[in-house]
Amino acid sequence: MWCAVADIVQTPPEISITVDGRVVKADKGELIISAAERAGVFIPRFCYHPRMKSVGMCRMCLVEVQGPRGPSLQPACFVEVAEGQEIFTESEAARKAQEGVLEFLLLNHPLDCPVCDKGGECPLQDQAMSHGPGESRFVEEKRHWAKPIEIGPLVLLDRERCIQCARCTRFAAEVAGEPFIDFAERGDNTEVAIFPGEPFVSYFAGNTVQICPVGALTAAPYRFKSRPWDLEQVETTCTTCSVGCRIVAQSSAGALVRYLGVDSEPVNQSWLCDRGRYGFEAVEAPERLTQPLVRSSTGFVPATWNEALGAVADKVLEALDASGPAALGFVGGSRLANEDAYAWVRLAKGVIGTDNFDAQLGDGLPAELVASLPRATIAETLAAGTVIVLAGDLREELPVLHLRLREAAANGGLRIIDCSPVATGLGPVATWMPYKPGGATELARRLVATEPGERVVVVLGRPSLAESPDDVAAAAAVLATAWPSARFLSALRRANVHGAIDLGCAPGLLPGRVRLEEGRAFFREQWGSAPEHRGLDTAGMLEAAASGELKTLVLVGADPLSDFPDHDLAQRALERVDFLVAVETALNASSVHADVVLPAAGYAERGGTTTNLEGRVTRLAAKVVPPGVSRADWVIAAELADRLGADLGFESLEGVWAEIERISPTHSGCTMGALSAPGALDGIVVPIRPESVQLTRRLLLLDPIATPGIDSVEEQGAPLTTGAAMSPGVEPAPGQPPFGGDEDVFEEGESLYEGEGPEDEDSGGEEVAPRAGGAAETARPRSLRFDPGAWAAPVPLATGDEHRWRLVVRRALYDHGTLVQSAESLAPLVRSQELRVSPQALRELGVETGDEVRVRSGRGEIVVAAVGDRGVPAGVAFLQFNAAPVYDASASALVDWSVPAVEVDLEKVT
Amino acid sequence: MITTAPRIVTSRVGLADSFTLERYLATGGYEGLRKAVSMAPADVAAEVNKASLLGRGGAGFPAGRKWSMLRKAATTYLVVNGDESEPATFKDHMLIENDPHQIIEGTAIAAYATGVAQAFIYCRGEFALGFERLQQACNEAYAYGALGADVLGSGYALDIVIHPGAGAYICGEETALLESLEGKRGFPRIKPPYFPAAVGLYGEPTVVNNVETVSSLPWIVTHGGDAFAALGEGSSTGTRLFALSGRVERPGCFEIEMSKTTFRDLIFDPSLGGGIPGRKELRAFIPGGVSSPWFGPEQLDLGLNQEAVGQAGSMLGSGSVVVMDSDTCPVRAAWRIARFFNRESCGQCTPCREGSGWIEKIMHRLENGLGREEDIALVLDACDNISPGLTWPPKQTTICVFGPSIPPSIVSVAKMFPDELLVHVKEGGCPFPADVVRRG
Repeated sequence: MWCAVADIVQTPPEISITVDGRVVKADKGELIISAAERAGVFIPRFCYHPRMKSVGMCRMCLVEVQGPRGPSLQPACFVEVAEGQEIFTESEAARKAQEGVLEFLLLNHPLDCPVCDKGGECPLQDQAMSHGPGESRFVEEKRHWAKPIEIGPLVLLDRERCIQCARCTRFAAEVAGEPFIDFAERGDNTEVAIFPGEPFVSYFAGNTVQICPVGALTAAPYRFKSRPWDLEQVETTCTTCSVGCRIVAQSSAGALVRYLGVDSEPVNQSWLCDRGRYGFEAVEAPERLTQPLVRSSTGFVPATWNEALGAVADKVLEALDASGPAALGFVGGSRLANEDAYAWVRLAKGVIGTDNFDAQLGDGLPAELVASLPRATIAETLAAGTVIVLAGDLREELPVLHLRLREAAANGGLRIIDCSPVATGLGPVATWMPYKPGGATELARRLVATEPGERVVVVLGRPSLAESPDDVAAAAAVLATAWPSARFLSALRRANVHGAIDLGCAPGLLPGRVRLEEGRAFFREQWGSAPEHRGLDTAGMLEAAASGELKTLVLVGADPLSDFPDHDLAQRALERVDFLVAVETALNASSVHADVVLPAAGYAERGGTTTNLEGRVTRLAAKVVPPGVSRADWVIAAELADRLGADLGFESLEGVWAEIERISPTHSGCTMGALSAPGALDGIVVPIRPESVQLTRRLLLLDPIATPGIDSVEEQGAPLTTGAAMSPGVEPAPGQPPFGGDEDVFEEGESLYEGEGPEDEDSGGEEVAPRAGGAAETARPRSLRFDPGAWAAPVPLATGDEHRWRLVVRRALYDHGTLVQSAESLAPLVRSQELRVSPQALRELGVETGDEVRVRSGRGEIVVAAVGDRGVPAGVAFLQFNAAPVYDASASALVDWSVPAVEVDLEKVT
Repeated sequence: MITTAPRIVTSRVGLADSFTLERYLATGGYEGLRKAVSMAPADVAAEVNKASLLGRGGAGFPAGRKWSMLRKAATTYLVVNGDESEPATFKDHMLIENDPHQIIEGTAIAAYATGVAQAFIYCRGEFALGFERLQQACNEAYAYGALGADVLGSGYALDIVIHPGAGAYICGEETALLESLEGKRGFPRIKPPYFPAAVGLYGEPTVVNNVETVSSLPWIVTHGGDAFAALGEGSSTGTRLFALSGRVERPGCFEIEMSKTTFRDLIFDPSLGGGIPGRKELRAFIPGGVSSPWFGPEQLDLGLNQEAVGQAGSMLGSGSVVVMDSDTCPVRAAWRIARFFNRESCGQCTPCREGSGWIEKIMHRLENGLGREEDIALVLDACDNISPGLTWPPKQTTICVFGPSIPPSIVSVAKMFPDELLVHVKEGGCPFPADVVRRG
């Protein structure tokens, strides 16, 4: 069973009810089923799911409720508690009703448990044992149907097994807002079906498999892969994007086979996107690197770590001697754990002395902006008066954030203003305010003039890769200046980009969101050395490499040829640079050009921590062994430092984290002990603000039927929480707050918007005093503060030619990037490259849907099929990023990173 | 007793052009509405209360009380249930085809009395002719001025939409009907909220009345509630339509005075059912639709009174009376009814969705000689798991009353004809002549 869960933040229950003779306290408005559950009385159920509206359809939860006219059978999942209510869950009538329903459910359910994925973790199986009649009296032939039916790309439906609980259909309609599945036929022929010609194409389809209480819905990537009793699992955080959904990673025979969403109240509430859910295939991909590679005249030659690291160290020292630290640069860090990112930063900035480090690939926002804006959590965003989205299509980039926003808007009335040059997945629930690429600042000015700006949260990302981030930054500054109480939720998408920025993977920043100038003295004391000059971002490094100034480039989990929006520049840079090192899990477009490739341990192969877009630090767990001799990044960095003559003093992940907590003002107080406390599985938002500390109870742990599979997995050899295994001795004493002595941190804070003005902004990271214990004499520096003046509006478009088209380039969830392409189930799902323009524009161009159009910019040209799309305004041409397997046919062939907005000409190919 | 009570809802039945506006106006049509809109709405409702008109859809809830439960709100709706789909029930069908204007007028009166500006008439989809005539009548009523922005010059505005169903019996259940009307799959709504009068169509307070109920309103308004209440006895006042079918000489739809007329009158009186053909004995009859428990010869002298029939362990329900003679196999009849419920279960909740199929299968085996003796107890226990205790009035493990409608015929056979059931098992087949019922 799961470990004890701390119930820290809770209002006291108000109502007394009697369950099976015991007096139980319950919350007003609570359902009988959940009140009983908290009191330890399990009422059987199938259709009930704590994250969806009750429908009372399966009738499994019938209990007797005493009423004015005697006891009556009522569905416990639908009836709310009332003061003095008497409930009998095991009376003769209740038991007979429950057994009767179970017998009914089994009438037509095939007894193919031995070949069913669900067998062993099946609520129907389990409850047939616990609440069923034991034997069936059904002697007729069961219902037969063709099976399985592929209702969507990765979801298969076995209608014979379906018990018509409507969990999947309700998820699709209510939660995802994509009602592609519904009931058809009636009576005992009722089946879940798709509409003719409209398959269940949804990024969230995997959730229906997760919540199916029988084996009716199965997922192609897991089907027949394992039996539940052969699975081991750890709870960890998905690092496919920066939402940071909590999951359990399950393995069988040493290989990852399944991820299931964990019900983390503040983040994903048990839901996942399919890219995250099936991303384990990339970890297990056959292309994974197993040993270091060193380039020879004939190509890559396998090498030992000794040879490979020696080669890198020699070249680094050579470049340092010849050209100084500015001739070296590091790109990457946002795909790594915090500890790994920190190790590389310490190597680059504290040992080599270069500030050329960027976790982003020119596809994000200025790091100092992201690090300094007043932040909102997801929960605070959903509770806002108005949410302004100025980002890419969240459904494509941060799917579960999209899901949470959409659900809050559709079911809770959350007001969303979607500022986007082209329509997004939020369309049906948001007010769309289109702007022309390059016009974000202007739109922001219009917004502050017309909107009251009360309780605003801005979801801020990069709306298009073909416009300058400076304009978006300026727009953010306009909003922040006009509305001092506004908060920002960053929508940068790469998994740990926020952790990497917090730890200094950005030019001009040191760990803890500290400006280089303000922290140089302190970090010199801590590290022995710190960069003298501000360094370059990725675009700057690529320019410097292309011009020959930057000699050595280290890619740490980065692929600029695929991901840097301006492909031409990336190509020139990698061709010219003297020495290219790639620290990677697999060879990709960029690392094939490397001189040395160092194999890194991948996801679930190493522990550590990660930081999501809220600044929420959670623990990652290792479940499987890295392939070959690949190593965790922090080990590689430490070894390389050693060869450069520096001892980083790292001996364990915990040691690296302890150093981060000790010297970074952002992470102060966020100790491994705190992160490992019961109730802190959902992580801690840094810097620690009293109101953002949320110790949560897990609905899912209470309800074993909500996500069948997590609770049923045999536990042999698998730590259920990483905390106990990795940090012995940090468990709090009973009755003590779990984070040790900082009790003031745990006082319940005021709500987000109460009494907050500009003068309160400083309360940010300062509640917690820096810890003593560092040997530093210089005081720990401050994290940087938001300075709206630093983000002046960019120069307007030079040409502004009315006859040219403004280009919008955005990411889609499935693309030709490494992760998707090395996951065999996801790789075929990439949509083909197409140019989207308004239907009117299509006519003006004289082309039909599907006809080829030549798109020409100052950088290059591509030929692509055109499609009319009412979500694209006039004068705008919309391309997906990374949608073609060949880069010179991709949108990145058109982008010039240095212009405010890319303009293109369109012309029919004749 | 055959009384001389006036024909309240069937006065025009038999006229070749009964469905036309011309004939309707020539026979006092729209006079009830004209009188109603000259009264205060509350006074119209008071007349209906005085009439103590019971709902004619099946549940028999007093119409006036139902109106008074309508929650006050800016938008309210009236929905007229014309989704009559139960086997052997054909009274509304007759009214829709023969006197559609009476339904329009009654609907308008009900809408006026309850302060509703938008009404819907949900007409069973299979009633192709009926739907056509209703729609025609509705159009004529607009043209005549009985509907629209200014009903008969009173300043009261009312719109009526005629909506065809799509062929599901469950949509006669009022909350499933509302779902269907909203364009959704016809799944009955879970209670609470218990009454559409609180939360109904599109979430707004809604009155749902049966076609026959509203058809009575023009007469009640014209003649006064007291005149209606003077007919019948006790709580069952006025006249009511009964659809008589099965083994009778004159199957058909009869309007008779409630309470005073007995089942024996209905089945045997030469002016009504005319008795059983071939001088056969009456074995049993269904008093109020296929969801009601059956009666035997000993209940023939019960009056057609809602309370009396209820006390005797059944109901008048949908007003359909089915007669079985000594050649009728009760097991086969019960199986046919079970098959109907199996085909029409909406599939939403487990006991009904799965139970209806299982019960049908067991009854099919029993009827066809493939049953075992223990199947009799088994089928009753399956029924018990849908309707615990098999009591009357029934309890239910299901969302709506469809579920508890399945067991009564099975229970009736088991109680009334245990020997016949056993014969099926022991002789390995049905002992009754096949030609009587093997038609469908």
